[in-house]
Amino acid sequence: MDRIPILKFGNALLVTIQVDMHDRLATALEEDLTAKIVEYNAKGVLIDISALEIVDSFIGRMLDNIAAVSRILDADTVVVGMRPAVAITLVELGLSLTGVKTALNVERGMELIKARLRTTESEEDDVEQ
Amino acid sequence: MSSERLDIRTSDDVVRVRQLTRTLALKAGLSLVDQTKVITAASELARNTLDYGGGGFVLAELIEGAGRHGVRLTFEDQGPGIQDVEVAMKDGFTSGKGMGLGLGGARRLSNEFFIHSKPGEGTKVTIARWK
Ligand SMILES: Nc1ncnc2c1ncn2[C@@H]1O[C@H](COP(=O)(O)OP(=O)(O)OP(=O)(O)O)[C@@H](O)[C@H]1O
Ligand SMILES: [Mg+2]
Repeated sequence: MDRIPILKFGNALLVTIQVDMHDRLATALEEDLTAKIVEYNAKGVLIDISALEIVDSFIGRMLDNIAAVSRILDADTVVVGMRPAVAITLVELGLSLTGVKTALNVERGMELIKARLRTTESEEDDVEQ
Repeated sequence: MSSERLDIRTSDDVVRVRQLTRTLALKAGLSLVDQTKVITAASELARNTLDYGGGGFVLAELIEGAGRHGVRLTFEDQGPGIQDVEVAMKDGFTSGKGMGLGLGGARRLSNEFFIHSKPGEGTKVTIARWK
């Protein structure tokens, strides 16, 4: 089966969803991401959905799950690039994605994650002192 | 008017239903937001046909009336049917592990919504979105 690629940069993971995912592919991504967060001890996950023309209840739930699981594993998930038409539709569908952090684009999302990495590092410094 | 029938047997077919809906929505001249709404509604209903109806098909039609175009989608299966449609329509009701948003959401995202279901016989849901 196809897999969505997960890129690693420093302490963070980057996923760019470029295809219209069928449900099994979305479920596989959720599992792969969870495994990679643990494997790389990632502190941030950036998911770029700017290519997605729709987010339905299944993909919405996947994003929610990834955010919840990463939180438990001490990583921050930021979803970036949601199209305005998708955001409007999601609200009407009844999906609020309250547990998911979002940013306008990859750059802003990256800033959020970097800010988180800096506080984590300084906390670690504090412990060492 | 063009119409197309598509079987819904696998989760790849759900993707195909989305693509077919997009093609028709473009032909009907729907705005970007309306395209997004009807494709999302189609995705929800196609998944229900697959997951609860045990598979079925969709009939996708380009429609015309009062000088405007639109898209009509009819999802049909011969699965177990729905015991209480009114309850199933409520946001948050699910008999599986969903969020119970599909039916209610599809209704909100469409201009027209009809559902007919009989236990033991199957389910038929029709939606339409006009330009
Ligand atoms: N085609 C169908 N055949 C039989 N039962 C159905 C069908 N479609 C929907 N249902 C029933 O109606 C319930 C509500 O459907 P709905 O799409 O609103 O929510 P869901 O599929 O459970 O969750 P979600 O769509 O949020 O993932 C389903 O759980 C199922 O019991
Ligand atoms: Mg559903």
